[in-house]
Amino acid sequence: MTVAAPTIGRRWRKPPLIRNANLRWGLYIGAAVYFILASYSILADVNWLRVYEGLPRGAKFVGGFFPPFPFANIIETGGFEELAAQRLIDIGDGLIESLTMTVTSTVIGIIISVPIGLGAARNIAPMPVYLFCRGIIAISRSFQEVIIAIFFVAMFGFGPFAGMLTLSFATIGFLSKLLAEDIESMDPGQAEAIRATGSRWPQWINYGVQPQVMPRLIGLSLYRLDINFRESSVVGIVGAGGIGSTLLTAFDRYEYSTAATILLIIIGIVFFAEYSSGKIRARLQ
Amino acid sequence: MPVRVEAGVKVWQRRDRNKQLAIWGGWFAVVLLFVYCWQIISVNTTWFFVWDSPRVAADIASRMVPPRWEYIYRIWDPLWDTINIATLGTVLALFMAVPVAFLAARNTTPNAYIVRPVALFIIVSSRSINSLIWALLLVSIIGPGVFAGTIAIALRSIGFCAKLLYEAIEEIDHTQVEAIEATGASRWQIMAYGIVPQIMPAFAGITVFRWDINIRESTVLGLVGAGGIGLQLSSSLNILAWPQVTLILIAILATVLVSEWVSAKVRHAII
Repeated sequence: MTVAAPTIGRRWRKPPLIRNANLRWGLYIGAAVYFILASYSILADVNWLRVYEGLPRGAKFVGGFFPPFPFANIIETGGFEELAAQRLIDIGDGLIESLTMTVTSTVIGIIISVPIGLGAARNIAPMPVYLFCRGIIAISRSFQEVIIAIFFVAMFGFGPFAGMLTLSFATIGFLSKLLAEDIESMDPGQAEAIRATGSRWPQWINYGVQPQVMPRLIGLSLYRLDINFRESSVVGIVGAGGIGSTLLTAFDRYEYSTAATILLIIIGIVFFAEYSSGKIRARLQ
Repeated sequence: MPVRVEAGVKVWQRRDRNKQLAIWGGWFAVVLLFVYCWQIISVNTTWFFVWDSPRVAADIASRMVPPRWEYIYRIWDPLWDTINIATLGTVLALFMAVPVAFLAARNTTPNAYIVRPVALFIIVSSRSINSLIWALLLVSIIGPGVFAGTIAIALRSIGFCAKLLYEAIEEIDHTQVEAIEATGASRWQIMAYGIVPQIMPAFAGITVFRWDINIRESTVLGLVGAGGIGLQLSSSLNILAWPQVTLILIAILATVLVSEWVSAKVRHAII
């Protein structure tokens, strides 16, 4: 007969994520207090009657996905109404505007962000240039696209031009920062070798720096193309053109099936773009 | 090595002719596409407003300074709301993102042909729709307010967190899992002792990273009525109170910088 041997010493326990006990308990208690306060301030604000009233509308929206609106219209009426055709044309226009905004803003953004990225790399730019370029990057990254869009709409009027400028501006912050970081972490040996041949500054950049960062720059640009399309669906909400304005109109009219169709199209395009840009990036790197 | 002969002298070239032509063709296609897209945008633009813009910009700028500092007492509350939206939204998102990530990772999914694609679809649809659009939708369904904003942030963050987390799960060291398996541990024990400790640092990093992004995003949710500082921004813009706008922008900038600093500190501490 065997009896389980008594455990000698202490039982093993999983080591905690944060070693210092005081810090750990301090964090736990602080987090608990914060969550109680925050939940209270949010939940006290909720109008539960309004939420309850909204639930059928939510169900109607989810219902709008099955089937999406053009097909639903065919099923309901047996034919295709003129109104439905008009809505389809609206969606198409919004999409084309979004896609053109995406392409132009990405191209313009890249063209501007390359010199700024060069200037923001500490190892190739002098201090004043470095600070100036980092300042531009910080401003561009701190504000949401939508806030920038509000100002551009105020300056340039409604329409896709303001949206294009907004997305270009956002692209600059994103691309320049990552490009600069890439340049800062490049292999200095190669650049030095080119410099040792007596090259001028542009030649040095072209043969010493550019080949090292090009694959990543192309990858980042494709990634940014993705992001710009996603963001182009948002800037329309403040009047900067694109599919976002169409979507806003659909929500304002409580046309949930149209909205659902637009969302499905956005998801589809983003999925396709992400998949193909992933493939291209995998081939390049 | 591609070499070109020029007047009897060999000259080094970086690429041979076909490759050079292909690259040139690629650039040409990009330029064509750009010009075409530019034309579409140009047609839809009122150029008069664009030429007039420097004057308008100068006008707005002159109205924006100095900021109306007294207004700061009115924005503490919305700022607190904004931070709550971001934080609680991130926490809610994590509760939903963790199971989705485990269902989506190749090495932990219960079924690679049915469950995994569903999980991936959840991730993609959550990621492709911006939080502002989620907010638009939720405001029209459950009414304006902070609650709609929190849910919107949560829905948007699920995809982001789940994607990064399932990539981390797929990259874990399999031998550790095997060691736990060899002790005869159950499925959940393997999860708790073999997988979770390995992804914990990644998990904490992702959380803080997303929280930082969410702070930024929650500053504008108010524009569609989903609470936070954006509400004050949009009402100040509507009454053209530019000095208040400046102050709100400064407040947003400060909040974003602080959150970025916090997230950088925490991530440094983890890694």
